[in-house]
Amino acid sequence: MTTQEYPQFDTLVLGAGIAGLQTALDLAEQGFQVAIVERDPSIGGKMIRLSKVFPTLDCASCITTPKMAAAAHHPNITLFTYCELNGVERTGSGLKASVTQKPRYVDPDKCTGCRSCEYACPTFVPDHEQGGFTSRKAIYVPFSNAVPQKAVMDPENCWICGKDGGQCVQVCATDAINYFDKPEDFTLEARSMVLATGYELIPDYSEKAFGPASQHPNLITSLQMERLLAPHGPYMRALRPSDGKEPDSIAFIQCAGSRDLNLGVSYCSRVCCMYSIKQAMLLSGALPLADITIYYMDIRAFGKNYEQFFQNAKAMGVEFVKAKPMVIGGTEDGAVRLRYEDQEGGGGGMTREHDLVVQALAMVPAWNPEGVVDVSTATDGFIKSVKPKIAPTLTDMDGVFTAGVAAGPKDIVDTIVEAGAAAMEVSNYLNQEALVAAE
Amino acid sequence: MPDTPFFEVNEAIVCSGGEDLNACMQCGMCAAVCPWREVESEFIIRKVIRLGQLGLEGNEFEDILYGCTTCNKCVVNCPRSVDIIGVVRAMRAIGAEMGATPETLRAVIGSCDSNGNPWGEAREKRTDWMNGLDVPAYTEDTEYLLSVCCTSCYDARSRNIARSLVKLLQKAGVSFGVIGAEESCCGESLRKTGDESGFMKLAEANIGLFNGKKVNKIITTSPHCYHTYTREYPELGGEWEVIHHSQLLAQLVAEGRLEVTEGFGKKVAYHDPCYLGRHSEVFDEPRSVLEGAGAEMVEMPRERNFSLCCGGGGGRVWMETSNEKRFSVLRVREAAEAGAEVLATGCPYCITLLEDSRKTEGLEDQLQVLDLSEVLAEAVG
Repeated sequence: MTTQEYPQFDTLVLGAGIAGLQTALDLAEQGFQVAIVERDPSIGGKMIRLSKVFPTLDCASCITTPKMAAAAHHPNITLFTYCELNGVERTGSGLKASVTQKPRYVDPDKCTGCRSCEYACPTFVPDHEQGGFTSRKAIYVPFSNAVPQKAVMDPENCWICGKDGGQCVQVCATDAINYFDKPEDFTLEARSMVLATGYELIPDYSEKAFGPASQHPNLITSLQMERLLAPHGPYMRALRPSDGKEPDSIAFIQCAGSRDLNLGVSYCSRVCCMYSIKQAMLLSGALPLADITIYYMDIRAFGKNYEQFFQNAKAMGVEFVKAKPMVIGGTEDGAVRLRYEDQEGGGGGMTREHDLVVQALAMVPAWNPEGVVDVSTATDGFIKSVKPKIAPTLTDMDGVFTAGVAAGPKDIVDTIVEAGAAAMEVSNYLNQEALVAAE
Repeated sequence: MPDTPFFEVNEAIVCSGGEDLNACMQCGMCAAVCPWREVESEFIIRKVIRLGQLGLEGNEFEDILYGCTTCNKCVVNCPRSVDIIGVVRAMRAIGAEMGATPETLRAVIGSCDSNGNPWGEAREKRTDWMNGLDVPAYTEDTEYLLSVCCTSCYDARSRNIARSLVKLLQKAGVSFGVIGAEESCCGESLRKTGDESGFMKLAEANIGLFNGKKVNKIITTSPHCYHTYTREYPELGGEWEVIHHSQLLAQLVAEGRLEVTEGFGKKVAYHDPCYLGRHSEVFDEPRSVLEGAGAEMVEMPRERNFSLCCGGGGGRVWMETSNEKRFSVLRVREAAEAGAEVLATGCPYCITLLEDSRKTEGLEDQLQVLDLSEVLAEAVG
């Protein structure tokens, strides 16, 4: 197997979410050569998986897809999707990154994204791109607006169904499927790097906090709710997962893990108040008769037009209850039972049932640089900014910058602003370096 | 009532051991997970803390200030890791100074002071549980001091726990001995009622006695004693290797020193006592004792860290709770619904309360309440 050689890039961007894409586009527009390394088979990050965004209620797909396409087609940007970064070392003034291309089992140069393999595949697997609510196939294009539109096979679930290879192989017009694909290591050289690795939601919150009895199919995460509300979501409607019933009562639990020292999350995740309000508003539109309740500690609506957005939600009839509820479990008809102290009412114990309950889970770092890139993380696990006030994108490694949630929770607006700032820092760094080299 | 904050009270609570009082951000998680939410109750721990922060009236009622069973459920769930029990203890200490201690607790405090036990019994009767058994006295050559909880020394039902344990230890050939009448209550519950000086008196007496007898290792029969010996005595000069009897029995079973001949063929649910489980994080050993005894384990919905308090901690074991407000009633119902024939546990307070609720719930024919040592003793034959 031949390993392709690449020329030196000006910048390597790690992560192709909105932070990484914006940084890459800003740099590419200035004429720098940018490589983007992404772990997933598609670029787009968390934002492409959202429904709409606050406070403008723009469709997330509609504003993210153009950025993805722009990055994919930009002459100065090279995408490396489905790749894992193993390590970065300094070579003189530059950086050398060792990367592994994970096997797609589909030759991306041959695949046209026609999806014939996907239609032919007989194996159904829960689709985590749709919150696990629907299924995908064992060979599949990750989602409808994935970039690149190339199939990927999941060897865990493929059982090579046919006598002469699988049904996918039989139908593929370009012979793109390769069962014998292997991981491939290669190196990328760059003069600088931007870490834009984003976040994940804290796992197993309710189980850790309230025990196994609290587990329930209608107790979902905020990102699952994004899928339920998305225009190309799993059911195309807001239905609850256990039985497909239209929920009459929906609750949101705020600070589910955030600001919880027991879970090692000392910080506020900053976006949960706003996205829960947004989801509540979208649900009010989708299910006009449903009762919607938000259980909160305090509402943090700090950005431009955010407070007005919160007030609008109240005016629309969303109920705000100051309490931190405990999830007890379920009822026979599929509702989730919560218990809380009625702080603003009589102060007694209240038990309430909701058809669907959404937990606004804490954001935790999606990636730990330890052993890969020699940058420090702060005690919260996010990448440490050495000048958090005046140059928040600077890390403690020369020529390595950070943008977006990789450096700490923030919303899309702040992420895009920070991505632009990171691009400018990189640009200054590269120009400075060139000047020094010229002297 | 005018709600004028009186911050001297806040300071007094902080100075009396409630250092975390002002770390509370009033989210209400504590009140939501509190076992009192499962029955009708005026006791709302978030509100107790808020009134304490502001120094307002409202906490002085018996059912409120002395409502907390110190079960630690709120503490393990508190997002700010506030030592809520420390705050409650400090408030009760201040209440005690102002004479707010409830009548029933005053009798207990008085008995601890004069008799060295909370049960109002004479000190000499401390060894009555041993009648008919040949229990060795503790000497310097003995490996373990067997420190029997006051409840198991005096309470007729509870004595059987100590007696079963002695039989098992003798069968396994463990070197152990008892000091006897000179021992005093560990003072755990006394401290939780706010009687700090009473606790110190008991602690000093026990530490002086044990150190004077050159004690190195202690077996406790109650998680409350275990908690006090491991968490509170060390800073007062009492540092020993302390083991709860469930831990020792688990070792003995694992080492094959106790041979299970009969096998305990009944369906057993294990109730995690707050002070053994949530407080001391001993979850596995009691279960391995029961499994080792050949019990068929059945699961209740709430186990380990999520266990439901029996209602007996924090001095509540001596206070009157009307039947419909007892957590132990909910617990025996849970055990019966889970199909258990035996509800086993490892704490004398739990045994007392669960036994009582088993009777009031009319489950006498259906459900037995046993200490794990009693289960093992039956299996060993």
